[in-house]
Amino acid sequence: MTPARFAYARPTTLEEALGILARGGEEAAPLAGGQSLMPMMAMRVARPALLVDLNRVAGLDAIALEGGVLRIGAMARHAAVLAHPLVAAEAPLLPRALEEVAHPAIRNRGTLGGSLALADPAAELPACMVALDATIVLASAGGERRVPAADFFQGLYATARRSDELLLRVEIPRAAGWTPWFAEVARRRGDYALAGLAVMARCTAGRIVEARLGFCGVEAAPRRLPAVEAALVAGEDAASRLPALLEPLGSAEAPAGYRLHLAQVLLRRATEALHAAA
Amino acid sequence: MTASAIGRAMPRPEARRLVAGGGRYLDDHAERGELQACFLRSPLPHARFALDVAAAKTLPGVEAVLTASDLAAVCRPWRTESRSFPGLVSPRQAPLAEGRATWQGEPVAMVLAATRAIAEDAAEAILAEWEELPAVTAPEAALVPGAPPVHPGSETNRAWGATIGGGDPDAAFAAAALVVEERLVFTRHTGVPLEPRGALATWEPGTGALTVRLSHQMPHQMRLHLAEQLGLPVNRVRVICSDVGGGFGIKMHVYQDEMAVAAAARLLGRPVRWVSDRMEALLADIHAREHVVTARMAVDAEGRILGFDLHDLQGLGAYSVYPRSSTVEAISVVRSIGAPYRFAHGRARVDSVLQNKVATGQYRAVGAPVGCAVTERLVDKAARARGEDPLAFRARNLLRTAEMPWVNPFGAAQHGMDHHAVLETAKALIDLPALQAEIEAGRAAGRLLGLGLAFTVEYTASGPAVYGAGHVAVAATDTVVATLEPTGEISAQASITEIGQGITQGLAQVLADAVGVAPEAVRVGAGDTQAAPHGGGAWASRGAAIGGEAAWGAGRALRAQLLEAAGALLQAAPDSLDIREGVVTDAAGAARMTLAELGTLMLFRGHEMPKGVTPGLSATFHYRREQDVTLANNGLQAALVEIDGETGLVRVLRHWMVGDCGRVLNPLLVDGQYRGGVAQGIGEALLEACRYDAESGQFLSGTLADYLLPMATDIPDIALAHVEVPYAGSAVGAKGAGESGTCGAPAAILNAVNDALLAAGGGVVTELPIHPVAVLRALGRLA
Ligand SMILES: Cc1cc2nc3c(=O)[nH]c(=O)nc-3n(C[C@H](O)[C@H](O)[C@H](O)COP(=O)(O)OP(=O)(O)OC[C@H]3O[C@@H](n4cnc5c(N)ncnc54)[C@H](O)[C@@H]3O)c2cc1C
Repeated sequence: MTPARFAYARPTTLEEALGILARGGEEAAPLAGGQSLMPMMAMRVARPALLVDLNRVAGLDAIALEGGVLRIGAMARHAAVLAHPLVAAEAPLLPRALEEVAHPAIRNRGTLGGSLALADPAAELPACMVALDATIVLASAGGERRVPAADFFQGLYATARRSDELLLRVEIPRAAGWTPWFAEVARRRGDYALAGLAVMARCTAGRIVEARLGFCGVEAAPRRLPAVEAALVAGEDAASRLPALLEPLGSAEAPAGYRLHLAQVLLRRATEALHAAA
Repeated sequence: MTASAIGRAMPRPEARRLVAGGGRYLDDHAERGELQACFLRSPLPHARFALDVAAAKTLPGVEAVLTASDLAAVCRPWRTESRSFPGLVSPRQAPLAEGRATWQGEPVAMVLAATRAIAEDAAEAILAEWEELPAVTAPEAALVPGAPPVHPGSETNRAWGATIGGGDPDAAFAAAALVVEERLVFTRHTGVPLEPRGALATWEPGTGALTVRLSHQMPHQMRLHLAEQLGLPVNRVRVICSDVGGGFGIKMHVYQDEMAVAAAARLLGRPVRWVSDRMEALLADIHAREHVVTARMAVDAEGRILGFDLHDLQGLGAYSVYPRSSTVEAISVVRSIGAPYRFAHGRARVDSVLQNKVATGQYRAVGAPVGCAVTERLVDKAARARGEDPLAFRARNLLRTAEMPWVNPFGAAQHGMDHHAVLETAKALIDLPALQAEIEAGRAAGRLLGLGLAFTVEYTASGPAVYGAGHVAVAATDTVVATLEPTGEISAQASITEIGQGITQGLAQVLADAVGVAPEAVRVGAGDTQAAPHGGGAWASRGAAIGGEAAWGAGRALRAQLLEAAGALLQAAPDSLDIREGVVTDAAGAARMTLAELGTLMLFRGHEMPKGVTPGLSATFHYRREQDVTLANNGLQAALVEIDGETGLVRVLRHWMVGDCGRVLNPLLVDGQYRGGVAQGIGEALLEACRYDAESGQFLSGTLADYLLPMATDIPDIALAHVEVPYAGSAVGAKGAGESGTCGAPAAILNAVNDALLAAGGGVVTELPIHPVAVLRALGRLA
């Protein structure tokens, strides 16, 4: 468990980082918190020829509210996002979900950008970004590019990010009047979810009038499920739609049928809680 | 009289050192000029292979790439044999597989390089051609007619089998008023010590001496095997086990890896280091407890157990582990069946089968958790069938102390146990009426709560006959050498080894009482064959029961020597003197001289000693228990669990354990062992599994993200109580304590989960670990 040989660059400005990344091509990998990349390199599952360490690039971890949009920099650590008052006020879904992400030591290093760029199917934050209708802002030497979260996650560890691009930040639109809900099922506290569900719902007069959701741990990547969201709004049994819609993953410890079952359990729990809160 | 050190709850200084990061584990030692080793391991469960190492050898920093034939020049193969298992089929093994790998993870080549990273690069650069052969992984598949042979050419995959029992089981079952039956499946798991295995071997060509640092539980045993395999005089081999970060039985076997490291050092004349990484550990450490047990129990109309009849299908892996043989685990299962209870008839058929998997072997509590789970599941089932309280059914059938010594039909000897005292202590500890009211209230509110019980009997502190009868070179006798320092302290060397369990503190307390000094004045060392005397090391919960006797004997012998010397100096009869708190006193307790004065005289001013006084500063005691093949300990565990009926997840809310390990040397040590053991038992019950793909035979639990260890949040409060019935056949009276937590926790949790399921109108679960899918199926909530 030692990484294969790699070159290492530690830029201090974004411009420099993007230049190195562009020259490195497919063989280069940004290094953020290293909580996923380093173990993958140690197992030689990942073998980038060049590591571009982002930890000395200033300004990538800012958390700010601008024009009603919450911006969270890619290098913001999980622990910082979890504790930030602006996040608690503007996107309370995130702290709720982040409590389920790994353990304190890992949250001290792991970053929002790393989690989104990695796109582990079981990771909580990608599902949250889908439910929050966030925009992922990418940068390359050629400029910035904005991708809606729902289009960013494309499959198992696959995203819309090109190899010469860095995640810069996410932008989360204001959601006044929306209620967040997040829960997951894991064998042990802090594990990646067997199934998790992030929901944002707008409720008036005791009913859900608008909803966005994203599952994690269930399918290869989180995605919006319009038919399920419509069923939630219509007050129908949304969970019963899931078997026809979802393509659950299977593994030795969590067969596909079990993940589907858990997705239904979570959706029922969410529906009940949101109605109670409405 | 001064307060006894034995039984005192003393914190141990070593724990402070280890917790503060002061441990010196294998990887903290380095030799000048050492090479780092990395193994190329078979990626397939069964394959023929051809290797081309030419390219790998040319990488900068690579010193050598060795294959089977290279090491064959310096290392003989070995084969597991035991007269206790006549006819055992377990082929010869060499440090590296030659031409055919029999399990996924088996080492086939070894790279020696300047760094581990370079060695891994070179391992990747070996051109290996793998021709996949049919593999057997599931134990049920091994004996199916036409099953592919695990070792081509052998007629059967049955490595060993036997029928064990006594009485007349057929008649007992025919006459029974009630027969309960269950098929229980136990999935492989493994020990996962915090420090992985490793070896650092140095060959000294001038003297032809080999020094090997190991992370291992039994340095003397390994010294012998290293000498035998490498063809060296045993006194030219030194094994050093410094701080060892846990063993759990994982580190009591001879592995190909460590042998290859020693052989490579001998061959290349350079120090060689290898430390297993976590992925290698999960793949290539022994696994344990793969059993499919079909068992039935006969009960008469009064609710008395008549007998047991069972079949145990045990998965051994590709070889029966060297030197102890994996089949020992099946014997341990059988001995544990029905052990706390009175029954007259038993039959156990055992089939131990070969598989294309890493070997299974002795892991904490060996087969006892399996036998306990089978028994306690059947007992619960019988009580329920009779409409009876499960505790009442148990109480009726528990052996009484007056009936002992008692040998049950499986040949298991029971002596000196008071199950009823354990039962009464447990009732007080648990407050059953209050707990039952709480469960009823919870159930009324819709919660799926369950309470499970398990009585345990575990055979510890194995005596010389256990392996000796099989002519297996495993020492069950132990030695302590105690020395008076000229400054009055006592130093000792023990053949028992310290692997983090704290036994050297326990031995220090015994020595303190035996000599008559404060326990703080005693230091016990262990683990270096150049310093420590011969003996067995750490296994079978033997440190206190066997090592404690050796310490007592050495301490008393030293005390007698010192009193003889003091008597001569003081012109007093030795038996008119005493040693208290490090001071030689007269019978009334008046100080005559300190041990420091005595030691100084004996060592530095020998000319002042009276003529003819011979005793020295050191005394040795070699303890060999002559009676009682093993010392059975006993206890009761109870678990309160809650099931999430929608997700199938189980939480242990509370856990209780009452144990009798005889004389408690230090309650802090015993409580730590009990709690840690229970934690491992919780893992076994709910989380830990070495899984293999049903079709490809590929190992699926290769990282700690896949192999689920219990974490702090999975362990509830564990309430403990002790019953202390000292072993009557020894001076100190300790029995084993290290494994009993693991012995009973799986059974208690299995019964608790089934209690909750049945109360909710569901079926039962019969497979460990208890998977949430199985729970949901039992509840009829998942197809
Ligand atoms: C024991 C353990 C448990 C965990 N449990 C969970 C869990 O329950 N849920 C969960 O979501 N995560 C979990 N994680 C993962 C953790 O949250 C990681 O920190 C996270 O997934 C990756 O973030 P990182 O900053 O460490 O990224 P890194 O490991 O540094 O990088 C991850 C990937 O993202 C790329 N990358 C990083 N930053 C950027 C960027 N700005 N632009 C473009 N690409 C980038 C890297 O090249 C790499 O491919 C766990 C990790 C461990 C070790």
